[in-house]
Amino acid sequence: MTLRARLVVNRPAFTLDLDLHVAAGEVVALLGPNGAGKTTALRALAGLTRMSGGQISLRGRPLHTLPAESRPIGMVFQDYLLFPHLSALDNVAFGPRCQGVSKAESRRAAAALLERVGLAGRASARPAQLSGGQAQRVALARALAVRPELLLLDEPLAALDAHTRLEVRSRLRRHLADFDGATVLVTHDPLDAMVLADRLIVIEHGAIVQQGAPAEVARRPRTDYVARLVGLNLYRGTADGGRVKVGELLLHTCEQFDGPAFVAFPPAAVALYRSRPDGSPRNLWRATIDGIERHGDNVRVHLDGPVTAFADITPAAVADLDLTPGQRIWASVKATETHAYPA
Amino acid sequence: MSSSAPERLDLPGPRREVSGRLPWMLVLPAVAGLVFLVLPLAGLLIRAPWPTLLERLAEPQVLEALRLSLVSATVATVVCLLLGVPLAWLLARVEFPGRRLVRALVTVPLVLPPVVGGVALLLVLGRRGLVGQWLEASFGITLPFTTAGVIVAEAFVAMPFLVISVEGALRGADRRFEEAAATLGASRWTVFRRVTLPMVMPGVVAGAVLCWARALGEFGATITFAGNFPGTTRTMPLAVYLALETEPEAAIVLSLVLLAVSVVILASLRDRWVSAP
Repeated sequence: MTLRARLVVNRPAFTLDLDLHVAAGEVVALLGPNGAGKTTALRALAGLTRMSGGQISLRGRPLHTLPAESRPIGMVFQDYLLFPHLSALDNVAFGPRCQGVSKAESRRAAAALLERVGLAGRASARPAQLSGGQAQRVALARALAVRPELLLLDEPLAALDAHTRLEVRSRLRRHLADFDGATVLVTHDPLDAMVLADRLIVIEHGAIVQQGAPAEVARRPRTDYVARLVGLNLYRGTADGGRVKVGELLLHTCEQFDGPAFVAFPPAAVALYRSRPDGSPRNLWRATIDGIERHGDNVRVHLDGPVTAFADITPAAVADLDLTPGQRIWASVKATETHAYPA
Repeated sequence: MSSSAPERLDLPGPRREVSGRLPWMLVLPAVAGLVFLVLPLAGLLIRAPWPTLLERLAEPQVLEALRLSLVSATVATVVCLLLGVPLAWLLARVEFPGRRLVRALVTVPLVLPPVVGGVALLLVLGRRGLVGQWLEASFGITLPFTTAGVIVAEAFVAMPFLVISVEGALRGADRRFEEAAATLGASRWTVFRRVTLPMVMPGVVAGAVLCWARALGEFGATITFAGNFPGTTRTMPLAVYLALETEPEAAIVLSLVLLAVSVVILASLRDRWVSAP
């Protein structure tokens, strides 16, 4: 392990306490809602927020005893914080200069890094003259210029518009793959996290609630927050062989085991009927329509009943079924699309 | 599926005039206030001896006083910059016990009658003063009634303007840039030199200009602490006061010069201080 940390930050009405282990070359994303403590964790790693307890070691050396300027880190801030009075080149050369490298040598290194992020032509531009995507790349180059052992990225894509974001995200992914130190990035966007990270750590209320490979987290969410992020209906119940009892409802699932369980199914797997369907699918319940909203090309129906659930159906189906809020309706999910896993 | 017609926004119609008549209770005093502020300046311009203006300006006493004023105000400003910017940084960036008290102390010369400031300076830096005694004994330095004394008096009175302006700029500056610099390995001194100072430079410049203007116009502390000797301590304001008794027209000319300087300063700072937000 390159980075081992236990971060404890106590604030009035908020406590952050998490264990973090990141291997060399690994990219870990801290994912969580606003106020979960992601940025606080990152700032504690950088030495910008004082820790109330815990420790940080990087390659076996203690980091938490060092001030921010002595830590071998590079940080990319949410709105980049490029120094407005310096050119892109001098922004990137800033770190090496602080490390005592000569002016000429720092500028050479900075020029090489700008070249690497594809901005050799913008070296003399001031930050105000750069587009959002370019500024993000300069910020990355600036962080890499200090040859960090730990790279920290705070919402690296949040300030970008949707179109730029797509391009910058894939570029960033390549750069992170080239970086051989540990990387911790903070995001509230599940897509950014899935694309950029080797491992996700989901934080809520200052503590880790779930971690694992992105695909694993996406398939088997363990909190409502994660379920909402990855777009699944999630319930907690008790498994008994191939069935899980969720409140009053008994759901048949693909998996067979006993004990406390999560059950998840995608909203698109839910079918709605005005009258009780023939052939009676096994997971069937009476629901009340709580709300109807557009969701991409489809329509998302909020269902109340023995369980609350989302159902994604086509606009045509909404018209056929003549759905209105408050209406009673039948909902079903195929057992093959209903997945259970131990809680 | 209902077609999603673009939302129609109701554009605001022409604004209806509903404000009614202007209240004379406000307008009358406002106009009177304006006249009160502008009339004396206008009077100065009207009474100026325009035909002989250049001639009078070229008189050696005038030039001497002007030169002395410019030099001492500039040196005082440099002193204020060297001491005041670090002081402003300390007040804005370092948590220490009694910081509020220190900030209050810094602003005292701002509200203190300058004459009192001059007396206080005499008591401390005068030949028999607490520090002045020691300065003379150890280094042979005497400040009262010298050009250096003028500079000390001006710096004493003008420094709060600089400190307050720079501290305000420092408080307004986004400290996250300083954090970013720290993550890049910059020591606090490097952060100050390469990030903080360039970013608050407009505030420093504004503060320095205000400070310089205040030093240029300084009268009370100067005459009390440094006296009124032609060539060494008689600055423009002192010369104006003196000329008023002997040669009113010369006083007007000197005043015009100071007025011109003020206007130039105001114009150079108009974006920062005068324009409404």
